[in-house]
Amino acid sequence: MNARRFGVVALPYAWLLLFFLVPFLIVLKISLAHEAVSIPPYTPLFDHGRLVVTGANYLFLLSDALYWRAYLGAIRYAAIATAVTLLLGYPLAYGIARAPARWRGVLLMLVILPFWTSFLIRVYAWIGLLKENGIVNHALLSLGLIDAPLRLINNDFSVILGLVYAYLPFMVLPLYAQLEKLDPALSDAAADLGARPARAFWQVTLPLSLPGIVAGVLLVFIPAVGEFVIPDLLGGPNTLMIGKILWDEFFTNRDWPVAASLAIAMLLLLALPMGLMRRFLRGVA
Amino acid sequence: MPRHQSILRHCDLTGAIDKVLAGYSYGRKSVGGLSMIQRFAAAFVLALIAALPSRAEDKLLNVYNWSDYIAPDTVKNFEAASGIKVNYDVYDANETLEAKLMAGHAGYDVVVPTAMPYLAREAAAGVFLPIDKARLKNYANLDPQILAAAANADPGNKFGVPYMWGTTGIGYNVAKVKAVLGDAAPVGSLKLLFDPANAKKLAACGIEVLDSAQELFPAALLYAGRNPLGRTDADIAKATEILTAIRPYIRKFHSSEYINDLANGDICVAFGYSGDVVQAKNRAAEAKNKVEIAYSIPTEGAMIWIDMMAIPKDAPHPGNALAWIDNILDPRVAASISNTVAYANPNEKATSLVAEAIRNDPGIYPPQEVRKRLFFDKPVTPEFERARTRAWTRIKTGS
Repeated sequence: MNARRFGVVALPYAWLLLFFLVPFLIVLKISLAHEAVSIPPYTPLFDHGRLVVTGANYLFLLSDALYWRAYLGAIRYAAIATAVTLLLGYPLAYGIARAPARWRGVLLMLVILPFWTSFLIRVYAWIGLLKENGIVNHALLSLGLIDAPLRLINNDFSVILGLVYAYLPFMVLPLYAQLEKLDPALSDAAADLGARPARAFWQVTLPLSLPGIVAGVLLVFIPAVGEFVIPDLLGGPNTLMIGKILWDEFFTNRDWPVAASLAIAMLLLLALPMGLMRRFLRGVA
Repeated sequence: MPRHQSILRHCDLTGAIDKVLAGYSYGRKSVGGLSMIQRFAAAFVLALIAALPSRAEDKLLNVYNWSDYIAPDTVKNFEAASGIKVNYDVYDANETLEAKLMAGHAGYDVVVPTAMPYLAREAAAGVFLPIDKARLKNYANLDPQILAAAANADPGNKFGVPYMWGTTGIGYNVAKVKAVLGDAAPVGSLKLLFDPANAKKLAACGIEVLDSAQELFPAALLYAGRNPLGRTDADIAKATEILTAIRPYIRKFHSSEYINDLANGDICVAFGYSGDVVQAKNRAAEAKNKVEIAYSIPTEGAMIWIDMMAIPKDAPHPGNALAWIDNILDPRVAASISNTVAYANPNEKATSLVAEAIRNDPGIYPPQEVRKRLFFDKPVTPEFERARTRAWTRIKTGS
C-alpha cells in the first residue's frame, strides 16, 4: 500500500525533476559560464577540479537598456493579448458551458480543431489573409469599401491578432472547465433574491469563475511573453520582444551563456509577479 | 545563408513543430526516396550501429544540406555508383546547423555551412576534420578565384570545399520601380536603396532587407564610400547613421520572406541573396502574374558568399563523406545541381555544361569585370560581432 502511494507521488515528481528541474539546472549552469571557442561554446563548470562560475553575464544584461526594453515590449504585447483573449474567451466559454449538453462536445471540438493543423501553417495562413495582395484586402477592395490596400500586417495589430488567435483555446478551456462546474441554480437564486442578471454575474458568476480566469491568464500570458514565431512572421521592424533578442544572442552572437542568463532572468522576472498574482487572486477567490 | 522558403527555418526553431513538419515535408518527397517510417527506422538502425564498436566504415552516409539545394537525381546517382546508402536531411538556416554542430555529436558526415562567418568560427572551435585533398580526384576542377576567396574564412582551404556561390545585391520589381522613379531609376546602384530620397519614394510599394547585420553593414559602408569591411566603432556609427535614415521606409527585416513577396508583387525592392531573387523571378514567371523581377550586382560592389562542404570531426563515415564530396566535384554533377537551383557552382569544368540561361545570366555568373567589384567578408572578433548585432537591433527597432 505504502509502496503504491509512493509510486503515485513519485511519478509526477520524477517527471518534473527530469523535464523541468534538470534542464533548468543545465541552463543555469551555462548562464554562469564564460563564452568559449570550443564544443560546447562555453567554459566547463569544473576546470581541473576547480569550480568556475561568473556573474558577468547577468551584469552584462543590466548594462544595456535594450534587454529591459525587450522585456517590457514582450510583457506589453503579452498583456494586451491576454486581456483580449480573456474578453473574447469568457463569453465563448460561458456560452459553451450554458449550451445544451449535446452541443457542448461539438462546440468544444470546434475550439480545439485548429490544433489539428500545424501552428506554423496557421500563422502562415494569416500572412496570406492579411498581406497587401492578400484575401482580406482583395475582398475589401472588390466590395468598394476601401480605395487602397490597408496595412494589416507587420505591425502591432497583426502581432496581437496572431497572439490572440493562437492562444485563445488556452483561455477558453480552463474557463469552460470552471464555468461548467457552476450550478445554474446559483444564478437563479441570485435572481430570486432580486439581483439583475448583470449584478448576478458580477457578484456570483465572475467570482466563482476566478480560478478559471487565473489559469487561463497564466496559460496565455506566460508563453506569449516568450513567443518568437508570431512576432517574427507577423511583426514588423518595430516589434521588439525578448524571444527575438534571445534568438539573436544564441544564434547570431553565438553567446550561449548570455542567452542562458537572459532565459533565467526572464524566468525569474515572470515567476515572481506570476506567483504573487496567483496568491492574490487565490485570496480574492 | 537563409535563402529559401522560411517555413522550415522556423520549424527548426520550434522544436516539436520541427518534427511534424520535417516528417511531413521531407518524408513525402525525400530525395533519397524514403518514406517517413523508413527514415525513422533508418535513423534507429543507424543509432544502433553507431553504438557498436565499428571496424570498417558502413556503406552509409548522412548528408545535411540546405533545403532545395540539390538536383533531383544527385543522391540516386551517387547511391547507384558507390553502393553507399544516403540519408539526406535538410536545414534552412546556418544558425540551425551551427547550433547542432556546436552541441556536438550531430551524427552528420557532410554539412554545408556558409564560409563567412559560419564555417570560419565553427572551424576555429574545432568542429571539422581537415579535408584529405589527395583523396579528391576532382579537386583540381575548382575555380582558383573562388578557392582564394574562401581561404579568407578557411586559411589554406583546410576544412571546406566550395559547393555553390553567389552575391548579395538588389532584387527589384522592374515595372514598379520604373513607375515610382522613372527610367532613370538607379537599379544598378546601392543608391536605389540607401539614398533616403529614393527609399522614401519606394516605401509605399515596399522595401525588404535581409535581417543580417553581416550583410547590411558592409553594403551601407560601401554606399558611404568607406571600406565595407571596416571594423571600428566609427564604422558601426556610420553604418548605423545610413541604415537609420532609410529604416522608416523598410517594411520588413527578414532573411527569406522576400522571395515570396517579390514573386507575388507585394514589394518593389529587396536587398537579398542572388539565388533567392532568381528563384523569385522564376516563380513569378511560372505563375504568369505579370510580375517581372530582376537582380543586379551594385556598381559600388557586392559581397560574395560561398557555401562549403565540410566533414564534422565526429562524423561516423568520413571516408564516405569524401566520396560524396568528390562526386559533387564531378563537372556533370555540379552542372546538374546549378541547373536545378540556379546558383553558380565553383567548378570551372562544369560551366560549359550549365544551361545557357543560367551561365549567361550576369547576376548568377558575373562576367570578369563585375567579379572585380566583388569582395569577401573577413572574420570578426566576438566583441565586434556583439557590438554590430546590438547596433542592428537598435536600428531595426528604431531606438
